[in-house]
Amino acid sequence: MRDARRAFPVVFLGLLALVPVVAHLTGEPYYLTVFSRIMVFGLAALGLNLILGFGGLVSFGHALYLGIGAYAVGILSAHGVTSGFAHLGAALAVGAVAALLIGLVCLRTSGMAFIMITLAFAQMFYFLAVGLRQYGGDDGLSIPARSAFGPLALQDATVLYYVIFALLAATLYVLHRVVHARFGMVLQGCRENERRMIALGFPTLRYKLAAYVASALICVLAGVLLANLTQYASPAYMQWVVSGDLIVMILFGGMGTLLGPVVGAAAIIAIEDVLTAFRLGLPWGIDQVVNAHWMAILGALIIVVVLTLKQGLYGWLVHRAARAG
Amino acid sequence: MTPLVVAGLQKRFGGLAATDGLDLTVAGGELHAVIGPNGAGKTTLINQLSGEIRPDAGRIEFQGVDITHAPAHRRSLIGISRSYQITSVLRGFTALQNVAMAVQAHAGHSFGFWSPAARDRALTGPAAAALEQVGLAHRAQARADELAHGEQRQLELAMALATRPRLLLLDEPMAGMSQREAENIVALLAALKGRYSILLVEHDMDAVFALADRITVLVYGRAIACGTTDEIRASPQVREAYLGDEEAEA
Amino acid sequence: MTASLLFTQLLNGLQLGILLFLLSSGLTLVFGIMNFVNLAHGSLYMLGAYFAASAFRATGSFLAAGVIAVAATLALGVAVERLALARLYARDHLDQVLTTFGLILIFNEAVRFVWGSAPVYMNVPAALAGTVNLFGLPYPAYRFAIIAVGLAVGLALYVLIHRTRVGMLIRAGAANGPMVAALGVNIRLLNTLVFGLGAALAALAGLMAGPIFAVQPGMGESILILTLVAIVTGGIGSIRGAFYGALLVGVVDTVGRAFLPALLREFLDRALAQAAGPALASMLIYLLMAVVLALRPRGLFPVKRS
Repeated sequence: MRDARRAFPVVFLGLLALVPVVAHLTGEPYYLTVFSRIMVFGLAALGLNLILGFGGLVSFGHALYLGIGAYAVGILSAHGVTSGFAHLGAALAVGAVAALLIGLVCLRTSGMAFIMITLAFAQMFYFLAVGLRQYGGDDGLSIPARSAFGPLALQDATVLYYVIFALLAATLYVLHRVVHARFGMVLQGCRENERRMIALGFPTLRYKLAAYVASALICVLAGVLLANLTQYASPAYMQWVVSGDLIVMILFGGMGTLLGPVVGAAAIIAIEDVLTAFRLGLPWGIDQVVNAHWMAILGALIIVVVLTLKQGLYGWLVHRAARAG
Repeated sequence: MTPLVVAGLQKRFGGLAATDGLDLTVAGGELHAVIGPNGAGKTTLINQLSGEIRPDAGRIEFQGVDITHAPAHRRSLIGISRSYQITSVLRGFTALQNVAMAVQAHAGHSFGFWSPAARDRALTGPAAAALEQVGLAHRAQARADELAHGEQRQLELAMALATRPRLLLLDEPMAGMSQREAENIVALLAALKGRYSILLVEHDMDAVFALADRITVLVYGRAIACGTTDEIRASPQVREAYLGDEEAEA
Repeated sequence: MTASLLFTQLLNGLQLGILLFLLSSGLTLVFGIMNFVNLAHGSLYMLGAYFAASAFRATGSFLAAGVIAVAATLALGVAVERLALARLYARDHLDQVLTTFGLILIFNEAVRFVWGSAPVYMNVPAALAGTVNLFGLPYPAYRFAIIAVGLAVGLALYVLIHRTRVGMLIRAGAANGPMVAALGVNIRLLNTLVFGLGAALAALAGLMAGPIFAVQPGMGESILILTLVAIVTGGIGSIRGAFYGALLVGVVDTVGRAFLPALLREFLDRALAQAAGPALASMLIYLLMAVVLALRPRGLFPVKRS
C-alpha cells in the first residue's frame, strides 16, 4: 500500500496536467480558469503548510504575502514595467525583506500571541494597500497585460495554466526534499517539542525564521501567479479571510502531508463553485438561499471537519490506505 | 580542569528561594549525586545549569569558562547534556529519529535542504550506537509515544549520550520505573561512570549510594552537606533533615 | 484652534479606546484563563449591535434595547460556548482558530439572511442627542456617554476582579488554570461565566457602537483585529493590559489619522504626503504593536505566571 501512497501524487498531478485537454475537447475554457485558481491557491497553501503543518507555527497572516506578489506585478505594470523577471524579482525581494522583519518580531512570541500578531501584520499591509490611492486604493488596480517572460506567452490561458502547473509540481518536489532533509527534520522537531530541541543544541530561532521566509516566498510566488491569472491586484487578496481560507485548505487536505493542501484547495474552491452556482430546483427558493449564503455552509463544514476528520481528506485517505496495507 | 564549578548560585520564585547561595563542583569523571526532599530545588538547579532558567545571582563555570549567561543551545554544543524528569522526547518521531536529532544537533549547522536525513549514515550510525548502548536497539523504529514509560526513559538517556557530552545532567532517570528497569539503568550508569562527569538527581537512595562518588544534600535550595557516601550516611544533620524523615515514613 | 482640535481628537480616541476595552477585557480573559483563541468575539459584538438596533426600533427605548441586546447576546454566547466551544478547550490553538473562524462565517451569513446586506442605521437616543460642555468645548453627549459608561464598566470590573471571590478565582485561573481546577473549583462553570461576561460586554460595546458606526455584516472583524492588537500590546490575559492597550490603540489610531497626514505635509513633498499620509496613519497601531513586541514579547503588562 506504500505504492498507493506514492502513486496518488503522480495520478493527481497527471489529472491536473490533462485539464486543459479536457477543457479544450469539451469547449469549456471555464475549467481552465477554475483549475488555474485551484493550483495557485494550492501553491499558497503548500507554502503556508511548510511552517504550519511541518513547523507547528500557526500563521494567520499569509495572505499578506499573496498580496505582496500581486501588488509587485500590479504596481510595476502601472509604471509600464512589463518584464516578468522584474515582477518576480521585485516580488521576491520585497517579500523576503518583509518576511524577515515580520518573522523576527512574530517568532519572538509563540502560541496564541503568534497567531494574533501574524494576523495583525497582514491587516497592516491590507490597510497599506487600501491607503495607496494612486494604486487604486480600496478598488485595487487592474493589470493591462500579463507578465512578459521572454518567449512564454502567458496571455494564452493554456500556457499560463502549464506554467502554474510546472511551478506547483516543482515546488512540491523541492519541498518533498526539504522536509525530509536535515532542515526539515529540525523544523518537525520544533513542532514536536521545541524545548527539547534547544536542549539538544539547536538554535531553533534561525531555523524557524528560515522556514518562515521560505514559506512566505512560496506565497509571494503564488501572488505573482494570481495577479497574472486575474489580471488584477486587489486589497481583497490580503483580507484576513483569505489567510483563514488558506488554513482551511490545509485542514481539509490534511496538514501532515505535502499534497494535502493542494487537495484541500481543490476541495474548497470546488465547494465554493458548486454552492454559489447550483440550480437544483429545490422548493421554497432554497437554491437561491444556498447560492447567496454558501459561506455559512462552508463555516459549518469547517466545524464538522475540525471536530471529526482531524487528518483532513488526503491525510485520511493515506491513513486508510496505510491501515489496509 | 574541573568540569563544573557552581558558586553562590541564587534563584528566587516570588518570595521562595529555590536555590539559595549554592556552591557545588563536579570533578572530571566524577558521579556527583544531588539528593533532597521534594521542593528542595533539585530540578531548578538542573534547569539553571542547562540554561533553561537564568539564575538571579552567582556563577556557573564549565571547564573554566563562565557560562552563567550562555543560552541553552550553546551549553549543549559545548558538552553539557541533560535528561528530563518528566520524559521530554519528540513524540511523533521514531526512537532512532529522536537520537538522530541529538546527533544532528552536534554535527554542524542543519541548513541541509536536499539529502534525506533518514539515509544519512553520519546521523543514523551514531544514533543506532547510542540506542544499542542503552539497550533500546530493538525498538529503533517504534514511535516515541508508543514506547513504554521505561523505554522512553532509556530513550532520554540515549539522546543525552548521543551528543557525546562531557557533563551529563540527569534529572531522576529512574523516575516511575519498575524495579527491573531501574536495575538496568543503574547498571548502565555504573558503566558510564568514570567516562563522563555526571550530576545525578535521584530519589532512589539505593541507586544513589551504590553509584555516587560524592553526594550533596539539598534542603530549601541550600547544600546542608556534601561528602562521600559514608560521610553523608554518618552526618547527623543529614539524618535529621532528610534520612530521618525517610526512616520515620518507613 | 489646533489645541481644541487636538483635545477633541484625544476624546474621540479615548472613546474608541473605551469601546475596544469593552471587547478586549472579555476576550483577554477567555484567552488567558481558558487558553482559548476565540476569533468569534467580534461576531458577538455584531450580534449585540443588530439586536440593539432592532429592539430600539421596536421599543423606542434605548435602555430597553440595551437590556434586550445584552440578554440575548449573553444567552447566545453561553449556548455557543456550551454546545461547540467547550469541546475544544483541550484541543490545540489551531482547532480553536478554525472552529471560531467557521462560526464567524456562519454568524455573518445568518445576519445577512435576517437583516440583509445593507447597513442598518440606529439613532442616537434623544436624551443624548445634544452636546456637553467640556472646559468650554462642545462635545457630543453620546460620545461622552460612551466614555462614562466604559469607565464605569472598567471600575466595576476592577472591583469584581480584585475584591470578590469570583474575581480571585479568575485571577488565579489566568495565572495557573490547572492549579485552580486541581483545587476543586468548578472550572467548567468558571469558564462559562467568563465567556458569558465577555459576551455581555461585547453586546454592550455593540449597543454603544450602533449609533456611531454602521451596523452591518462583517462589522465584527475590523474591530476584532483592533481588539487583538490591543490585547497583544497590553499583554494576554491581563485586564490592566487590556485597558491600557485599548486606550493606546484608540488614541494612537484616532490622533494618527487626524494629524499624521498634515504633519507629513510639513516635511514631505505635497503629492508624496498626500499619498503616504493616510496609508501610514492606518498602519500606525500595527507599527506600535511591532515595536512593543520587539522590546517586550509578552506585552506591556504581562500576567505573572506561577
